[in-house]
Amino acid sequence: MAGRAQIRTNSSALIAMIADEDTVTGFLLAGVGNVDLRRKTNYLIVASKTTVKAIEDAFREFTTKEDIAIVLISQYVSFHVANTIRFLVDSYNKPVPAILEIPSKDHPYDPTHDSVLSRVRYLFSSESAASGRR
Amino acid sequence: MSGQSQRLNVVPTVTMLGVMKARLVGATRGHALLKKKSDALTVQFRAILKKIVTTKESMGEIMRASSFALTEAKYVAGENIKHVVLESVKSASLRVRSRQENIAGVKLPRFEHFTDSGAGDTKADLTGLARGGQQIQACRAAHIKAIEVLVELASLQTSFLTLDEAIKTTNRRVNALENVVKPRLENTINYIRGELDELEREDFFRLKKIQGYKKREVERQLQAAKQFAEEQFAEKVSLKKGISINSAHNLLVAGAEKDADIIF
Repeated sequence: MAGRAQIRTNSSALIAMIADEDTVTGFLLAGVGNVDLRRKTNYLIVASKTTVKAIEDAFREFTTKEDIAIVLISQYVSFHVANTIRFLVDSYNKPVPAILEIPSKDHPYDPTHDSVLSRVRYLFSSESAASGRR
Repeated sequence: MSGQSQRLNVVPTVTMLGVMKARLVGATRGHALLKKKSDALTVQFRAILKKIVTTKESMGEIMRASSFALTEAKYVAGENIKHVVLESVKSASLRVRSRQENIAGVKLPRFEHFTDSGAGDTKADLTGLARGGQQIQACRAAHIKAIEVLVELASLQTSFLTLDEAIKTTNRRVNALENVVKPRLENTINYIRGELDELEREDFFRLKKIQGYKKREVERQLQAAKQFAEEQFAEKVSLKKGISINSAHNLLVAGAEKDADIIF
C-alpha cells in the first residue's frame, strides 16, 4: 500500500479545464471557473496559437495542485498535440485528480483515443465476448 | 521453478516444526482471505466497468446538447457574450466534494458536485441581461447537467484505476502465497519431519545397542559368579580332604619354578 498515492478528502475542490474557448465558456457559465489571489485561473483556453509547452505546463500545474479534483481535457486538445500531451495523459496514473477527456464542439467524441476508455473497452470486450458465447 | 525445491534455512527441531506449522496455517488463512478479497474486488470492478461504458456514451450526448445550448445562447445574446463570461470569473460556485468509499479494504474516491452560494454567482446572473437571458440560463443548466455526468464519470474512472491497481496487487499476493510461500513452508516442514525421524531412528538404534550390551554384561557376570561358586565349592571339598587345591596347585607351580634340582 505504500506505493499508492493517498486519496485526499476535500470538502471543496475545483474542476480544472484545458479546452477550446467555447467549451470553457460554457462551463464557466455553469460556474466552474475560479481565479485565485494571484490571478491564476483553473482553466486554460487552447487556441490555435497556444504552444504545446503552455498546455503541458497547465496540465502539470492542474495535476499537482492540491485543490483540484477533476481535470477536464478536451479531446481536440489532446488529439491535436498527440505526441506530447497524449504521452502525459497516458502516463498519468494517480487517482486524484481524475483526468477526463471530453468531446469538444467541432470534434466529435472519439472513444478510441480515450486513454481510460481504451483500457475499459479492452477489458469490456473480452468480458462481453465471453458472456456472449454462452 | 526454483520455488519447488526451496526451503527455509532452519534448525530441525520440534520447536521449529511447531513454528513452521503455525506459519503454514497463517499462510493458508491469508491466502483464503486474499482470494475472497480479490473476488469481491473483481465483482465491483465489473460493475464499474459496465457503468463507465454507459456513462461515457451518455456523456457524448449530453456534451452535444450543452454545446448546442451554448450556440443558441451565442446566437441570441451575441458573439461577445463569451468575453463577458470570461471576464466575470471570480470564484467557483460549482465545486466538487470528494470523500472515500471503502470496498474490501480498498479506498475509492467518490466525487460529488455541489453549488457554493458565494460570490461570482450574482455577476453571472447579470450576463445576458440585455438580451438572450433565457438562452443563457438554458445553456447554464445544460452545462451544469454535463458537469453532473462528468463528475459521476470522474469518480467511476478513478475507482476503475484504483480498483485495477488493487486487484493486481491482491492477485500478486495471492499467487505469491500460493506458489512461493506455501510450498516453501511445506518443504521446510517435510525437511524437519524427515530430520526428526532420522534422529529418532538413530536414538532407537543406540538404545537397542546399549540394551544388548547390558544383557551381555549381565550374562557374563552371572557366568563369572557361577564359576566362582563352583570354585568355592571345589575348594571346600578339597579342604575337607586335607589338601587345598590352590596350595597344591601352588606347590606344583612354585616347585616347578624355583627348584633347580628337579630336572623334569
